[in-house]
Amino acid sequence: MADEPLVLGIETSCDETGVGIVRGTTLLADTVASSVDEHARFGGVVPEIASRAHLEAMVPTIERALKEAGVSARDLDGIAVTSGPGLAGALLVGVSAAKAYAYALGKPLYGVNHLASHICVDQLEHGPLPEPTMALLVSGGHSSLLLAPDITSDVRPMGATIDDAAGEAFDKIARVLHLGFPGGPVIDRLAKEGDPAAIAFPRGLTGPRDAPYDFSFSGLKTSVARWIEAKRNAGEEVPVRDVAASFQEAVVDVLTRKAVRACKDQGVDHLMIGGGVAANSRLRALAAERCERAGIRLRVPRPGLCTDNGAMVAALGAEMVARNRPASDWDLSADSSLPVTEPHVPGRTHVNEPDRDHGHGHGHGHDHDHVHELAKDNLY
Amino acid sequence: MLLLAVDTATPAVTVALHDGSSVLAAESQVDARRHGELLLPAVDRVLSEAGVGVGLGAVTDVVVGVGPGPYTGLRVGLATALAFGSALGVPVHGLCTLDGLAYASGLEEPFVVATDARRKEVYWARYADARTRVGEPAVDRPADLTERVAGLPAVGAGAFLYPAAFRDARAPEHQSAAALAGLAAELLAAGRTDEFLPPLPLYLRRPDAEVPKNYKVVTPK
Ligand SMILES: [Zn+2]
Repeated sequence: MADEPLVLGIETSCDETGVGIVRGTTLLADTVASSVDEHARFGGVVPEIASRAHLEAMVPTIERALKEAGVSARDLDGIAVTSGPGLAGALLVGVSAAKAYAYALGKPLYGVNHLASHICVDQLEHGPLPEPTMALLVSGGHSSLLLAPDITSDVRPMGATIDDAAGEAFDKIARVLHLGFPGGPVIDRLAKEGDPAAIAFPRGLTGPRDAPYDFSFSGLKTSVARWIEAKRNAGEEVPVRDVAASFQEAVVDVLTRKAVRACKDQGVDHLMIGGGVAANSRLRALAAERCERAGIRLRVPRPGLCTDNGAMVAALGAEMVARNRPASDWDLSADSSLPVTEPHVPGRTHVNEPDRDHGHGHGHGHDHDHVHELAKDNLY
Repeated sequence: MLLLAVDTATPAVTVALHDGSSVLAAESQVDARRHGELLLPAVDRVLSEAGVGVGLGAVTDVVVGVGPGPYTGLRVGLATALAFGSALGVPVHGLCTLDGLAYASGLEEPFVVATDARRKEVYWARYADARTRVGEPAVDRPADLTERVAGLPAVGAGAFLYPAAFRDARAPEHQSAAALAGLAAELLAAGRTDEFLPPLPLYLRRPDAEVPKNYKVVTPK
């Protein structure tokens, strides 16, 4: 369908320089340059290293995506970019490049929300999102339950982690087990050969009086680390496969239980799971099992679309164009704490605008009052 | 020839349009924390100020200050210049930011250029005259430079910030893309394009290898 919007999306919120091109809900190109190897020896993403890598990879990745999609930049209907949340310096590279491309090509610019993009990417896999959609976003940076009645304008936080992100717990446990970084894939692999019921690790925030949709993985992390340490101190061999399987089971049990409950409580019959941890095979399997039992249709994009990528940004940008949402202004800023409730950063209306260069300069007047941001060290 | 020059390596967000013989339009704003927001609107204003028929599509070369400068702001200009170059299909020429300040000074005697590198350090370089840098730019503590720069005029905000080391601070204090464009126009006209630098940042410092407490996670207040 040639009349569907052709949009290029740029994602630089963390360590992946992603550029995607979509036409409506059809994926045409998805190119990624990752700096993950440069961070591995530090045990985590070093913001300055990520920012440097983004700058070097940015234009080549855009050009590669255009080539892969076989489209001319002149034919684009818009350029979308993650304006937040994410690492400030990393976001700024993508936002600066996106603005310059859009300006030079005379195309509208859409600064979009990274989290809403993670949800919207599923349109490329399973077609238009049902409205509302319940979304569980789990990665090294996110653990959120979001209700999206309209992905371009209305995304509501249902719950979030109060301490660590789920993926972070995987990384931490992998480090304690000397399995390297990132921890998700290796734990997933080892867990397949282990017994998920071997060790009863705690399920955080699952008591009757706990917040029903919030998550906590810090206690689990500590509990697993202590268990391993005790084994080592006793001079016993650590059953790595059983630890991996039991730890993983504790995480995915809580995630799926709460996500299914949120669907039931809200009367939503669709659940989408996104973010890097959505690649976890046990999470997919348990979610499928529990959704099936509850009569909920599960949508999980393929792993390559679950991790940070440009296609998801393009997907949300295309939806912005399709729904005639206002474009962003040329002074669009990178907002490291862009609230999840703002799927995009619309430009101000150009009436009664006496002094646009004054003040803090954010194109949008949000007050960062994140209802679900229970722990100050966490995002949502 | 129509050059678009940008530089965000210092607190100045500065843009100029140069036709090879003179500056058609230019503007600078000094605001160290909003490079990302200020640059594109500034480009837009400079282009419209330059007048009818001088659109971005007519630009033949993009010129960018590659620093040295504090990284986050520096990257705004480079990412913008590189994206312009790609979208317009024109070359992007890098120039040392300090060379722009040196060129703007018009000095015909030996001098130094110093900009603020934060952390109580300066980015600096020595010049034989306004067009001739001697050696590579470096980052140092002003106190360690006192002897090496003694008796030399010093240009740039770094000189004004540390009068104990730089006793003879001179204008200009801030970088201007107009000067950078003027220098680039001279090099292009003379065919000295091999003197341009690749459009890559001069960081001069290794990255701080600090993993934030909740790495991967980004933490707003
Ligand atoms: Zn993400």
